Amino acid sequence: MSILEIKNVGKRFGGLQALSDVNLSVAENTVHAIIGPNGAGKSTLLNCLVGKLIPDTGSVTFQGQSLLGRKPHEINQMGVSRVFQTPEIFADLTVFENVVIPSLAARDGSFRMNALSAVRGQGDIRATAEAILEDVNMLDKRHMIASSLSRGDKRRLEMAMCLVQNPKLLLLDEPTAGMARADTNNTIDLLKEIKDKRDITMAIIEHDMHVVFSLAERITVLAQGTPLVEETPENIKGHPKVREAYLGEAQV
Amino acid sequence: MLGLEKKDTSLLIVVAILTMCAPFILNPFPADSALAQFNAGYPDLMQRFVIFGIFAIGFNILFGLTGYLSFGHAAFLGVGSYSAVWMFKLLGYNILPGIFLSVITSGLFALLIGYISLRRSGIYFSILTLAFAQMSFALAYSVLTPLTNGETGLQVYTSDPQYFHSDAMPNIPHLFGQEMQSTYTLDAGAWSFDFNTGYYLCALIMLGMFYLAIRIFRSPFGLMLKAIKTNQTRLNYTGLNPRPYTLAAFVISGMYAGLAGGLMASMDPLAGAERMQWTASGEVVLMTILGGAGTLIGPVLGAGFIKYFENIFSKINDTVLHQWFAFLPDGIEDFLIAIVHPFVGKGWHLTLGLLFMAIVIFLPGGLVEGGQKIARRLGLKKAKDETPAATDTTPAE
Repeated sequence: MSILEIKNVGKRFGGLQALSDVNLSVAENTVHAIIGPNGAGKSTLLNCLVGKLIPDTGSVTFQGQSLLGRKPHEINQMGVSRVFQTPEIFADLTVFENVVIPSLAARDGSFRMNALSAVRGQGDIRATAEAILEDVNMLDKRHMIASSLSRGDKRRLEMAMCLVQNPKLLLLDEPTAGMARADTNNTIDLLKEIKDKRDITMAIIEHDMHVVFSLAERITVLAQGTPLVEETPENIKGHPKVREAYLGEAQV
Repeated sequence: MLGLEKKDTSLLIVVAILTMCAPFILNPFPADSALAQFNAGYPDLMQRFVIFGIFAIGFNILFGLTGYLSFGHAAFLGVGSYSAVWMFKLLGYNILPGIFLSVITSGLFALLIGYISLRRSGIYFSILTLAFAQMSFALAYSVLTPLTNGETGLQVYTSDPQYFHSDAMPNIPHLFGQEMQSTYTLDAGAWSFDFNTGYYLCALIMLGMFYLAIRIFRSPFGLMLKAIKTNQTRLNYTGLNPRPYTLAAFVISGMYAGLAGGLMASMDPLAGAERMQWTASGEVVLMTILGGAGTLIGPVLGAGFIKYFENIFSKINDTVLHQWFAFLPDGIEDFLIAIVHPFVGKGWHLTLGLLFMAIVIFLPGGLVEGGQKIARRLGLKKAKDETPAATDTTPAE
């Protein structure tokens, strides 16, 4: 069963055809990686999924409902969370507050005038927030201001902020970009753990093949705005078209 | 207590004690001493302290929490004043309907201006609010004269209907017969202290509004507003719609401003267009930043600080200076007066400006940060936000 269906999506920026005729379907409860060289249109595709960009042609459906024309917050409320290339967190607030906010958003919807009850009084929210911080091993840092965290911790926090909402689909934009090998491995372990514990679908955009091959169950290779191949990791290694896209070789 | 954390409760209690004892605290010098110049405990000024305190507390809900810098909040103050005076003209001098209407109309006005201005953020938002406020000011001066009485300012005339007025009731603003201007003066030796009905009414309302602000700061709604200030991108991708949140904050702070305007008219039943001018909008920005934007007590401190300077430093003229330095030889006396002169009297803006610069450069967190630094230096308090320790930094409030 596919949870996300992308059909004939095209997007043009001025003279540049960033995406053309992209067809992609992400099966439920799988990890689907989208790889490709720089400028292949990976990020553009992701932005089309979360409501930041509207594709010129084609359709994007999530669980049978179209995502086109919906605002980012509406798409999130449907169960799609996004992790950014550089962690987007509430830097001036504490780690705990950072997790409380998405938790409140998941419970109360995109707007609720809840001005007279104290945050401290929301027992259920506090409990879920603490549980998720425990999950990512950050409970001891809950009173720290988020901007003072290390890069790896910021990433973990952002992950926790997405997970506390219990998303059905988690989109990850280069979750290990700029990380040391040890941090990368930690992130891989964390993602594997998440995958084992929850019913969750992940779509990962990634450069690092080590990450891709340790996590992905399906891989789509994107080049010059169109998908070249969609395969399992075993079959993608050494696939002639993939080598061509990456290395520019005419023949193998 | 009252649904507040311990820290906030003690802050509220400290503020309550300070406002209730203000007539004593602000009049520390004997009435006929040379330092009586610095006494701020007269009814007019005390009323202004708390009214501008309300104005700044409300402004801080918008600016301190969401980071949206409105440069047109005086418009709501003006609308509040006009509404209150109209109630005096139509219904009579009881201040309740006036205050009620001032909050309602300024809220509606804020809804309109906010709905349009909040389509933009940052400097564009500030410019939009400034434009709206200046438009309101210009309209109040000219086209809307039937409503605002133009340059003369709106006031109550004997020919006004005042449907609920009877001869038994006082002919000045009152609350069920309690005149706002009535003052009881307590003479204690060389000291004299004024207890003014209007001041105590405003002070009680300010305490209520301060309490409400604390509740908003600590609520999920307040947390969302802080999140808007920190990272709107993440907020969008967290499933939250920033527009209604910012609009609600804008309307709430507009209603605070309207309440302040209504109270101002209740203390002195007159409303002029200059109350809406951009300098008045700028003043509340200064108050909030000076005291500490985003802190609970900061805006109140800032309001007190600026109003104190405006009213006390501006009164020190050359005659007063001559009295102070009379003991010195003539040449030195004239020299000192020549140096001090530009900073006092009409030059009080210069002193305030220099102080403002010093605070912004050395204490970006305002007076509250200064108080915290002093407290930490003395080893009294740990580094935690919004300690009531800031109260020892200024004589006002």
